[in-house]
Amino acid sequence: MPSDNALSIVWIYPDLLSTYGDQGNVLVLEERARRRGIPVQTVHVRSSDPVPEYGHIYLIGGGEDRPQILGAQRLKRDPGLRRALDRGAAMLAVCAGYQIMGSVFGGEEGQPVEGVGILDISSGRGQGRAVGELVAETAPELGVPTLTGFENHMGVTHLGPGVRPLSRTVVGTGNGDGTEGCYAGKVIGTYLHGPALARNPGLADLLLRWIVGPELPPIDDTWHERLRAERLAAVRP
Amino acid sequence: MTQLPLRAQLAATLGRTAATLSRMTGRGDGSVIGGRVGLVLEPDLLRKLAKDRKLVLVSATNGKTTTTRLIVSALQELGDVASNAFGANMPAGHVSALAQDKHAPYAVLEVDEKYLPEVIDTTGAGVVVLMNLSRDQMDRAAEIWLLAQKWRRALAGKNTHVIANADDPLVAWGASTAQHVTWVSGGQRWREDSWCCPECGGPLDRKDNDWACRECAFRRPQPTWWLDEQNDLVIDPYGQRWPLHLQLPGRANASNAAMALATAALFGLAPSTALDRLRQVKSVAGRYTTVERDGRVIRLLLAKNPAGWLEAFDVLDPPPVPVILSVNAQGPDGRDTSWLWDVDYRVLRGRPVYVTGERRLDLALRLDVAQVPFQLAEHIGDAFAAVPPGKVDVIANYTAFQQIRAEFGRAV
Repeated sequence: MPSDNALSIVWIYPDLLSTYGDQGNVLVLEERARRRGIPVQTVHVRSSDPVPEYGHIYLIGGGEDRPQILGAQRLKRDPGLRRALDRGAAMLAVCAGYQIMGSVFGGEEGQPVEGVGILDISSGRGQGRAVGELVAETAPELGVPTLTGFENHMGVTHLGPGVRPLSRTVVGTGNGDGTEGCYAGKVIGTYLHGPALARNPGLADLLLRWIVGPELPPIDDTWHERLRAERLAAVRP
Repeated sequence: MTQLPLRAQLAATLGRTAATLSRMTGRGDGSVIGGRVGLVLEPDLLRKLAKDRKLVLVSATNGKTTTTRLIVSALQELGDVASNAFGANMPAGHVSALAQDKHAPYAVLEVDEKYLPEVIDTTGAGVVVLMNLSRDQMDRAAEIWLLAQKWRRALAGKNTHVIANADDPLVAWGASTAQHVTWVSGGQRWREDSWCCPECGGPLDRKDNDWACRECAFRRPQPTWWLDEQNDLVIDPYGQRWPLHLQLPGRANASNAAMALATAALFGLAPSTALDRLRQVKSVAGRYTTVERDGRVIRLLLAKNPAGWLEAFDVLDPPPVPVILSVNAQGPDGRDTSWLWDVDYRVLRGRPVYVTGERRLDLALRLDVAQVPFQLAEHIGDAFAAVPPGKVDVIANYTAFQQIRAEFGRAV
């Protein structure tokens, strides 16, 4: 169990699901907490180890088809994550990790594979691969600026009544129906793969606010903002 | 070499003409266009050009060009060697290389990982050298486990002799369907893509370079050649120790040399003979080259993916020698810069760092989060002007590297 005053970040299965720079989300969260004087403890949970239930923010990333299936199988047998969320923890699930959180997703040959069932979503295989820059307008109630990032997946995700869309796509594919990602309670899922938080520090701060409270001191976001501006200008119609 | 059929001869000749034009007009080094022209005229050209030669194919995520060059230099002891020395590593490049050296009895071809199964099938190559597999340009490249699976299928039931790095679990898995394998303990620095068993998905237990699956019987094959990184030597199957003393820097090149020595031995070349030739190699297609400009002694290093950056950091001159980093995200680089977050840049703290390239802002943010102080330079020339006279290292990814080479008039 982490010490009471430290923010505990748990990175789930970096050995299986960290194919696309997913470590970036861990590093950005750590750095944004530290620059605000919040001490951080980070735990990397390998797929052969149990998921601790006393963490504050859980991260799970993207990966290839086979590690995705292995990850889902292992996570289904482990009650740690569900218990943590019941205790009020937050989570960001990215790409393959996002699909795993639903009831079902598509395997190597498109066969249905059972997910963890934490989010009310179901995913399958789309016609082609969605690869490229993604821009999406975030659900207004979240107070997070426009999302910018890169997607690289074949998934199509259907949102059930138990979740709300995270955003509406302007450029790119996302869930495949004009929406991108979803959220429910303190759980966010997104197809913005890899270091999604690097280009969306607002999303990182949303996760932090859910845990440490609504008043986050401002920090210098020069480089985040310059990169956001460049990427948005490069791909916006 | 036997005479090529008339149509293949014509195709090869026209291909060479196109290559010459490409070079003369400054559009490229000619190694792809010539092959493309030839392949259109005679789709079977690669098979015909490869026939009746002793052919070595070299594939990996990193080190293909260098290892190819090292094996070429060793085999030149035996006769003429055709090779795609400039890294044009798809079939058009292979055709072009073989057509330019029609009578060479030996050929060593660098092969893109994805094209390896096709090129093995087409050429029936006698020897295949496999070094490493790791994440690389994920927006367009195949997933690496799938890639290894395709290698397995391509090598199964063939007479090809494989020389493979036993320390890379994915390579070992990809090579293990071959009938004849020489296993080399070539080391593995980048391990983020091999924590899980390629055979069953279970966790791999690792100790130094050894590894074994905790859940199934898959484990590291017993090597017969060993690289001793710390002492910069290679141990051959007879237990003889061969100090390397290469001019090429870094542990990655020591590993490439170990693979080259094992390959040379298959052709009957003793390590002493092969090493004399390996030690003469100073730079490979511009990599590791040192150029001088306005009092700056600039060394160029290519790094295309996280494992490659780790290798490049390994050969940097110690601080306070400055380093210039240049990153692009054009097609050949991969349009996605996510991989920057897989590289641990903290090793650059304590030296002046300059950031340039078309995606310098991605890199700037990455360094800011890693608390590595840096300066932004809009153009590579601005970075050169900003560093004091003396040594400077440059690490660039693929198209950024080519732009810098062009800046120096491809003289490097």
